[in-house]
Amino acid sequence: MTSPGASPGAALGTQVRVVLPAHLRNLAGVHGEVLVCLSVPVLTQRAVLDAVESRYPVLGGTIRDRRTGKRRAFIRFFACEQDLSNEPPDAPLPDAVAAAIVAGTEPFLVVGAMAGG
Amino acid sequence: MTQVRVLAGTRKGAFVLTSDGKRDKWSVSGPHFGGWEVYHMKGSPADPDRVYASQNTGWFGQLIQRSDDGGATWQPAGNDFGYAGGDPGTHLWYDGTQRPWEFKRIWHLEPSPDDPDTVYAGGEDAALYKSADGGLTWTELTGLRVQPSAPGWQPGAGGLCLHTIILQKSRMFVAISAAGTFRSDDSGETWRPVNRGLHSEGIPDEDAEVGHCVHHVEAHPSRPDTLYMQKHWDVMRSDDGGLSWTEVSGNLPTDFGFPIGVHAHEPDTIYVVPITSDSLHYPPDGRLRVWRSRSGGNEWEELSAGLPERDCYVNVYRDAMAVDTLDSCGVYFGTTGGQVYASADSGDSWAPIVRDLPAVLSVEVQVLS
Repeated sequence: MTSPGASPGAALGTQVRVVLPAHLRNLAGVHGEVLVCLSVPVLTQRAVLDAVESRYPVLGGTIRDRRTGKRRAFIRFFACEQDLSNEPPDAPLPDAVAAAIVAGTEPFLVVGAMAGG
Repeated sequence: MTQVRVLAGTRKGAFVLTSDGKRDKWSVSGPHFGGWEVYHMKGSPADPDRVYASQNTGWFGQLIQRSDDGGATWQPAGNDFGYAGGDPGTHLWYDGTQRPWEFKRIWHLEPSPDDPDTVYAGGEDAALYKSADGGLTWTELTGLRVQPSAPGWQPGAGGLCLHTIILQKSRMFVAISAAGTFRSDDSGETWRPVNRGLHSEGIPDEDAEVGHCVHHVEAHPSRPDTLYMQKHWDVMRSDDGGLSWTEVSGNLPTDFGFPIGVHAHEPDTIYVVPITSDSLHYPPDGRLRVWRSRSGGNEWEELSAGLPERDCYVNVYRDAMAVDTLDSCGVYFGTTGGQVYASADSGDSWAPIVRDLPAVLSVEVQVLS
């Protein structure tokens, strides 16, 4: 749930941690977490994802639909043990989540939905 | 020294199989793009080291990969596939309603015979794309999708997929399941359905202009007016560039199947893999067989040497058969059981060249001098 009030922004040059699923790490040619640089007044899901795609253009279309910008159906966004997947992409992240991401104590996780049965 | 390279796309990655001209010992490299579905890979006739691959998952969508060293290394190319012109319009959905066109994946890649940077792609929902920069950017050839019959196209069980692309200079053919075959005489600007003679019991008007579930179409380069088709049911032939079709199923044990192949040097020699039925996607009696006609259809012979005699319940998908151009024509096909079978003698005898891949979606072959 998005909390009311202003979410902390990311000052110029703030680096935030992003965890990508294995297939996207392979595609981007990275190992482990990635750091992306943000400079936004309010931290939002879209701001993080724009920064990821800006740094790794090959990921364009793999997390969000290129045309609509919507999250692909089998992708999830987690942070601080919260599911942010269905939050509006331009809504400020919850204060505590944004603060932890900006501080670097928690990553923003892009997760491939579980498959099984 | 002659080298043969087989490109196998599978449910869980791409594999490259290589041999010398004898084609009796093979090495396997891969998986490339492990864990991703690779619907199709194909090399450029103009530069065999240029290979394109269609890589997809339900999680992360569509990618196109490009190799400039014959599949040893790969670079992601462009994956911006949209429908040109804003509102893409609608097509018929399974429940009879109209549904907006929605891009899902690329089924087939067809490199230009003349230019390694030019490649065509067939998409789901049915659309034809062209790239002139080695796959970096793609443009839809909208003339197909705005063809007057398009709002009536309905997906088959596998989706509304454009799976066949045949390039004959300014003349082109595409096939769409379950719409039918379409022809352009102006390099893809305008299109018309070419399905006269097709008869499909699964649609309300069995002789309709569109609505036929065409599974695959092939043509021999030396005889461009002759087309061979494996339809949902029925093996068909056209000798007038698709304007009319006649059934050539003849003595086949069943005329349901997916791929059809044409011998590299004998334009009347064709191959199919009969499958039991539309509800039983495995060979009759658990015996995997290729059937060959040397007369362009109607008279067929069973090819069994080296193929499983019993307990075989695999399928062979529409893009999973290919021929090479060596003097003794090689024929190849891949199965949903992960085997790729090869014949170095035009189908007289067969052997698996790899046995335990993921389900094979596509097979293409290149001969390298």
